[in-house]
Amino acid sequence: MISFARALALALPLGLAGILAHSAVAEARPVRITTTLKPYGGDGAYLAIYITDPQGKLAKTVRIAGGKAKYHKHLSAWNRLSGGKIDGTTGASVGSGQSLTVSVEIADALIDAGYQIRVDSAVENENDVPGDAVTPLATAGAGKAVAGRGYVKSLTFDM
Amino acid sequence: MLRQIHSLPGLVAALLVAVLALTGAVLSVQPALERFAASSVVTGTISVAALAEAAQAQHAEIDKITKTASGSVVVSYFDGDKAGADLADPATGRVIGPHSPSATIRFITNLHRSLLLGTAGRIAAGLGALAMVVLTITGAMMLAARLGGWTALLQPIRGNARQRWHAQAGRLAIVGLLLTALTGCFLSLTSFELIPDGLAEPVATASGGGGARASVGSLAALQAVDLADLRELAFPYAADPTDTYRLTTAAGVTQIDAATGEALSFQPHSTARQLYETIYMLHTGQGLWPLGLLLGLSALAVPVFAITGAMIWWQRRRSLPRIADNRPASAADTIILVGSEGNSTWGFARTLHAALTQAGHKVHAAPMNALARAYPKAARMLILTATYGDGTAPASASGFLARLDRSALKLPVAVLGFGDRSFPQFCRFAEDVAAALAMRGWPALIEIDRIDRQSSQSFALWGDRLGTALGHGLTLAHVAERPKTMALELVKRVDYGAEVQAPTAILTFRLPGAAAGRALWKRLFPASLPPFEAGDLVGILPPGSTVPRYYSLASSAREGILEICVRKQPGGLCSGFLNDLPLGGRIDGFIKANPAFRPNASAAPLILIGAGAGIAPLMGFLRANRSHREAHLYWGGRSPASDFLYRDDLASCIADGRLSALNAVFSRVAEGGYVQDRLAKDAQQLAALLRRGAQIMVCGGRDMAGGVSQALDAILAPMGLSTATLKASGLYLEDVY
Repeated sequence: MISFARALALALPLGLAGILAHSAVAEARPVRITTTLKPYGGDGAYLAIYITDPQGKLAKTVRIAGGKAKYHKHLSAWNRLSGGKIDGTTGASVGSGQSLTVSVEIADALIDAGYQIRVDSAVENENDVPGDAVTPLATAGAGKAVAGRGYVKSLTFDM
Repeated sequence: MLRQIHSLPGLVAALLVAVLALTGAVLSVQPALERFAASSVVTGTISVAALAEAAQAQHAEIDKITKTASGSVVVSYFDGDKAGADLADPATGRVIGPHSPSATIRFITNLHRSLLLGTAGRIAAGLGALAMVVLTITGAMMLAARLGGWTALLQPIRGNARQRWHAQAGRLAIVGLLLTALTGCFLSLTSFELIPDGLAEPVATASGGGGARASVGSLAALQAVDLADLRELAFPYAADPTDTYRLTTAAGVTQIDAATGEALSFQPHSTARQLYETIYMLHTGQGLWPLGLLLGLSALAVPVFAITGAMIWWQRRRSLPRIADNRPASAADTIILVGSEGNSTWGFARTLHAALTQAGHKVHAAPMNALARAYPKAARMLILTATYGDGTAPASASGFLARLDRSALKLPVAVLGFGDRSFPQFCRFAEDVAAALAMRGWPALIEIDRIDRQSSQSFALWGDRLGTALGHGLTLAHVAERPKTMALELVKRVDYGAEVQAPTAILTFRLPGAAAGRALWKRLFPASLPPFEAGDLVGILPPGSTVPRYYSLASSAREGILEICVRKQPGGLCSGFLNDLPLGGRIDGFIKANPAFRPNASAAPLILIGAGAGIAPLMGFLRANRSHREAHLYWGGRSPASDFLYRDDLASCIADGRLSALNAVFSRVAEGGYVQDRLAKDAQQLAALLRRGAQIMVCGGRDMAGGVSQALDAILAPMGLSTATLKASGLYLEDVY
């Protein structure tokens, strides 16, 4: 589990836009994001799991999965938004048919506020899929799987 | 040393490298297949904008359009939540059909890159490529050393079948394999980021103005680019209004505003990237399909290497003699060194080793080539050696004299030579070794002795002398090992020469036929003859003898028969047995390769010279002369009416051009003579042939060979040559008995 201090540190910049007017202390909650890949049968996929604001700008990178930095630009939509700067956690690439679950603290103010969870995917020597799966960060969407259009089979989040 | 460097990684990596090579060979065909499946892209036919417009008409959201190195155009698209790819016609942009890369090819690619084992497999594949570099280079060095230097690399290869296949495959594949292996190492290093591949450099990320997107066909910067120059056009991501088109050509990457069609940034490919792409192309043949096929063919040689290499290694291992209770060189008081070409001298060494061990000595036996720098406990050395050919060192002693030159050893020594007294250079190498040792001041334990034709009695007598010198009895009871033989059945015989006191028979043998009572699988897969060529020898053991007699073969294993020519010698045990053998009679025989007596691979004329039964291998060469190389036969018999061996076969060889001229000479006719007389008479014609680089092959009795060599020397002298110089360059071969 992420400590309170760490949660605060994560939540502060995330919530900045929406909460300054209301309160000095952000209310935040943990969100578990699960990405399951199709059994496409190739090498491990690189994934960018990130959150965008209502204008489509990058709000927060949750996880970059895949170790070689030189391939990160193939996570093309995220790469454009972030300029390649990773403001989140990193980890190993995800194998064909495998699932990846990541947890992140998200300020309450971002829920149901037009934010989206997006996943970009790319496989070495195969395709890059910007916006492979996209789901609105909304209470109604929690627990409901959305299908991906590339290597992602489904994307779900719980909070 | 070179051999160890070659064979150790060879054995360890054989399977790995074979997998890499076979998968690589399959993949190597792909560029050619793709090239012929794709209609060619003609410059000036269609712009990238027009192609993109046509593609956009079929799919609302396009990810990218790629033109592969082989010229296929692939449109990757998203339809809702489904991704797909189409093959498009490069002339019109119309869809030809769905692009579905073969799952098999992807599987083989992954097997080739990582053995399906992820990172560990990638490391293994990289090490496999490295092993291949080492094997190719050491292999080439060994081949050059064996053929006599780099300039002789294209000379014909001698040796047994596995050695020839191994070396021949190496010669054909070396360039392709070296290229594949070196580029493979490079790609492996880039994959582990030990060498830059240009991908790590930051990409330009200019943003578009964010205006409403224009139709792709109207974008000026795309209209200006011909499809022939396209590598990839990535479309802007639909959800990002300021995203741009990203156009990759051979020169670099251009970002294009999706609303205005204006070029926003251009980033040329880095040098590292260009180098990587060149090497990728050289390794895969993608975009260079003839090279791909060539590399694939070279890769097919690798399984041949793996199999023949393992066979050569196993053969060498097995032929290393096994000696019971052999002590290490550092602990032995008595060192036996053996110079052997076949293995018979080792048999004597084993008997000696056992007798000395029984007498309480600590004995170490090794090939002469293994002469060590020091033998700390040794009190004496015993050298048993045969002689090869005209007085040279046998295989296991080829480096002995050179090693001795560098050695500071000095031990009491006894030298025992093995040979055949009927050869003029009887035990010559043993004498050379004894002289070299004496010159270096090695004291003689007992004087040099010589063993004629593997005589057990002479060996026992030498043992007595040695025992006296050692101060104890030494009984050497040597029993020759019977060679492993096969049964052969006489199926045809033609007799000649009885009227002229030279009874000679041409005998044809087969493996005994499949009898009805034998197991079905034995009838379905009958035993086949071991490989041999005309000019090789068959060793025949007459009943009740363990000492084989050798006859030159007039046939090759491909013909399914063994054919020899046997002149009955007065009182000859084996020739008498063979001459009296009835049809259906059986013999015990084995093949002994004689690779030194083969026609070379040149197109220059061949001069075949023989007398009597010596025609056998020459007849075999002529029968196999399907390339109709110019061939002149000089052969001597006694009377055309009685011992004209192979008369009909020779006539048919002349008729179809396998034999250019037949010069038969007979000694018992009016104005007759010997073959050497005929050579002297034809001096001018022969000189002309020799100036064209003709190869001479002589087979027959020792007296005839001497006469022939004299006659030829007389012809060669005015040209500044001699049979000796021709011998040295492999143009004068003798098989003499």
